[in-house]
Amino acid sequence: MAPMKLYGWAVSPWMARVLVCLEEAGAEYELVPMSRSGGDHRQPEHLARNPFGEIPVLEDGDLTLYQSRAIARHILRKYKPELLRSDNLQESAMVDVWVDVDAHQLEPIIRPVVFNVIIKPFTGSDCDQDLVDESIEKLKKTLEVYEARLSTSKYLAGDFVSLADLTHFSFMRYFMATQYAEVVEAYPHVKAWWEALLARPSVKKVMAGMPPDFGFGSGNIP
Amino acid sequence: MAPVKVFGSARFTNVARVLVCLEEVGVAYEVVDIDFPAKEHKKPEHLARNPFGVIPAFQDGELMLFESRAIAKYILRKYRTDEVDMLREGNLQEAAMVDVWTEVEAHQYNKVLAPIVMECIIYPTAYGIPTNQKVVDESVEKLKKVLEVYEARLSEHEYLAGNFISSADLSHFPFTCRFMETPYASLFDSFPSVKAWWEKLMLRPSMKKISTNLHPKMV
Repeated sequence: MAPMKLYGWAVSPWMARVLVCLEEAGAEYELVPMSRSGGDHRQPEHLARNPFGEIPVLEDGDLTLYQSRAIARHILRKYKPELLRSDNLQESAMVDVWVDVDAHQLEPIIRPVVFNVIIKPFTGSDCDQDLVDESIEKLKKTLEVYEARLSTSKYLAGDFVSLADLTHFSFMRYFMATQYAEVVEAYPHVKAWWEALLARPSVKKVMAGMPPDFGFGSGNIP
Repeated sequence: MAPVKVFGSARFTNVARVLVCLEEVGVAYEVVDIDFPAKEHKKPEHLARNPFGVIPAFQDGELMLFESRAIAKYILRKYRTDEVDMLREGNLQEAAMVDVWTEVEAHQYNKVLAPIVMECIIYPTAYGIPTNQKVVDESVEKLKKVLEVYEARLSEHEYLAGNFISSADLSHFPFTCRFMETPYASLFDSFPSVKAWWEKLMLRPSMKKISTNLHPKMV
């Protein structure tokens, strides 16, 4: 069986979301590097894989998948279903809840901070400080909910690690490289949960391909 | 067995997303209205159900859930039968395609369609905020590009995940239903396969029933 192929650039948080799952699953895969600055994702060859012209894309035999969370679910369903808790109605529901909380509550807040604070200085645009400040205030309210949750269970979906935790890693990796990391660290249970994630071998391995400046500083622009 | 409870008014799109799944699986449910104008969703009783203070929330016995797409998955998983299998989790390839198009709905389609619904209907009628035409115009252009992808997909497959209806199709229902009330509904005329797919969905008893609750006015 040919190994799976994952197309994209490793510094992308969407790409990293999938990479962590591949590593957790111990699945055999080949990373096919693409160039963002070279516009590889907009070429016909890539549009044939993903008509939305985005990465990551996974090829698994006859299957070509896109949307990072869909790819993540497929990998875990196939190789490590315990990270989805598919055999338990209540537990799998809690996994789904907190995967969506990341997607719809947390990520929309931290993404603009990462974009304004890390990326914009390199691309010559001005940081929208008002937006950053507004986002930080929203973040504090959101983190109160996470703190309450993580005070009652070790991980987000329960006392077991799952996709719900893993899916948070990649965007948080970049947020925690900004000066606003202390906002997160003020919440002791969130801080402990984050540190537990960082200690996972899968996370360490993927993080090695994610310089805190997306590669801009070293000239390795994706 | 006590019927499951959905907290939030049936007039809300994210509540309707859950209700359509309950109708499809044919399970008894109760809708508990949350008084949105009175900010009941921000009060302690509702925060105990949904700590983010939004709607819907969902209760099945002792289990309390939030996030409408997560609730939808739970319902479709728990009440799955051979006849009503909207997640296809018994088949790796089919389940993967369901997940892809469920994510596409959330992050590609809804991202550009929801602002049109919000600006044209929700903000003016529920909040008295005038339509921001710039946002609408930009969103319409982006929606056209997304619909091109949908047209290509639906010209080759009867439904989004394949030749079977799934939660991916259902998830599009509530916001698309409201979109059809805006002046931009005719956009779908340029995408015949998409239009045919939508019209076929709207023939389903679940959609007919739940669409009667999605009124233009929220008050």
